[in-house]
Amino acid sequence: MTDQHIEAGLRSLRRPAPAGLLDTVLDRLGLGDAYVRVEGPIGPLFVAFGRDGISLVERARDAGDFEATFRAMFGRPVRRIDRAPVLIERVIDARLWGRRRLSGPPPVDLHELPEFEQQVLRKVLEIPRGEVRPYAWVAAELGRPLAVRAVGNAVARNPIPFVIPCHRVVRSDGRIGEYGAGGPTAKRAVLEAEGFDTTELERLPARGVRFIGSDTTHVYCYPSCRNARRITPRHRVPLRSADVARQAGFRACRVCRPVDAPFRAA
Amino acid sequence: MAIAENDPLCARLADDLDEAFPELVVQHQQLVFGIAVRVVGDSGAEDVAQEVFVRAYHALRRYPAERVREMRLRPWLGRMTINLARNTLRGRRPTTDIADLADLADLADHPQSTEGLPHQHAQRREERRMWARLLAGLPPRYRLAVALRHVDELSYAELAETLRRPVGSVKSDVHRGIALLRAAYDAEQRGIAQEAS
Repeated sequence: MTDQHIEAGLRSLRRPAPAGLLDTVLDRLGLGDAYVRVEGPIGPLFVAFGRDGISLVERARDAGDFEATFRAMFGRPVRRIDRAPVLIERVIDARLWGRRRLSGPPPVDLHELPEFEQQVLRKVLEIPRGEVRPYAWVAAELGRPLAVRAVGNAVARNPIPFVIPCHRVVRSDGRIGEYGAGGPTAKRAVLEAEGFDTTELERLPARGVRFIGSDTTHVYCYPSCRNARRITPRHRVPLRSADVARQAGFRACRVCRPVDAPFRAA
Repeated sequence: MAIAENDPLCARLADDLDEAFPELVVQHQQLVFGIAVRVVGDSGAEDVAQEVFVRAYHALRRYPAERVREMRLRPWLGRMTINLARNTLRGRRPTTDIADLADLADLADHPQSTEGLPHQHAQRREERRMWARLLAGLPPRYRLAVALRHVDELSYAELAETLRRPVGSVKSDVHRGIALLRAAYDAEQRGIAQEAS
């Protein structure tokens, strides 16, 4: 019985720490932010998240740049991990790919943003996959119909693109509009990846058509509303404005709640 | 014993605590958890370990950078773990500041190594159980010193600093503890031999 034998016996009593200890400690200290690289509809993305949900999404280019952006926004570091927690994976699957439905709004951490921007982005979360809404609609829904430009600014600064679908917010005149995560070309690509026909989207307004009504139900909708897409071709009535629609005896769809833009400039 | 060079992790902690702190947890979680589990047993060890790291973070936040740069993390964390674990125990059980024998024997029941044939695996597990039992049978003073030295593998200098006692004194505790372990082991082997004959 040598000392080495005893020492080896004692060494065998070493125990690894529980797997979740690091994460729990970092969470308790507010250092729990991490990010993953995932495939997105138009290329890879970096997705960052903490205890309150997803906090930052960017198209994946330089990891160092992403970490610096995160730090500038939140004042704390973020560490890269290989695989997102199950909850975050589900959100990514649902919001980026439409592969599953979530029972409620996805966990997103917006509390660094001003109140109005938070309201705008939470409203944008409601726009379903495969549909678009104008900036003016978001403004009207928030009870501030004249704040179209402010909505535009808030959407442009969306820190969580793709998950919060700012690509589904377009101009009332039918043009696709600007896009913070890569300009109009990228915006068109994301919409197309969701199965949306962007040529059709721009064709109708170019002819002055903003809404589609049904001559059987006398309901009018935004053209991409699921109710509008159900109207058979011979019952579709093109409409120039909500005013015109109402005068012709149509009522607004309760799903898409269409509104006129407050002014017709550009 | 030569004075150790400053730990490069300490420099990083001094420069940017938030950036370097996860690394501190990664490097020292086995030590902290290992000590905690021997004092409070399986239930509660993880809570103690969490609390140690949370307190360590807040302490490092408060300390001036020069102090952080010169810290010796293992004795510092080791000492904090022993104290916190004992406090936890005091709230729970008034009688003793060490885990009871059953808890300590359970220590050995982790799937540390799964390579080899099943019977080899079972044999290793039996051996770990035996060492845990022998260690648990030592008087507390020797048990703590032996475990910190040979399970957690602290150096004698670290051990002395952890227990705030002279190096010579902790060395003699470790040696005495090992001698007692050897005696207990021999007695057990004799017992087995007698049973077999």
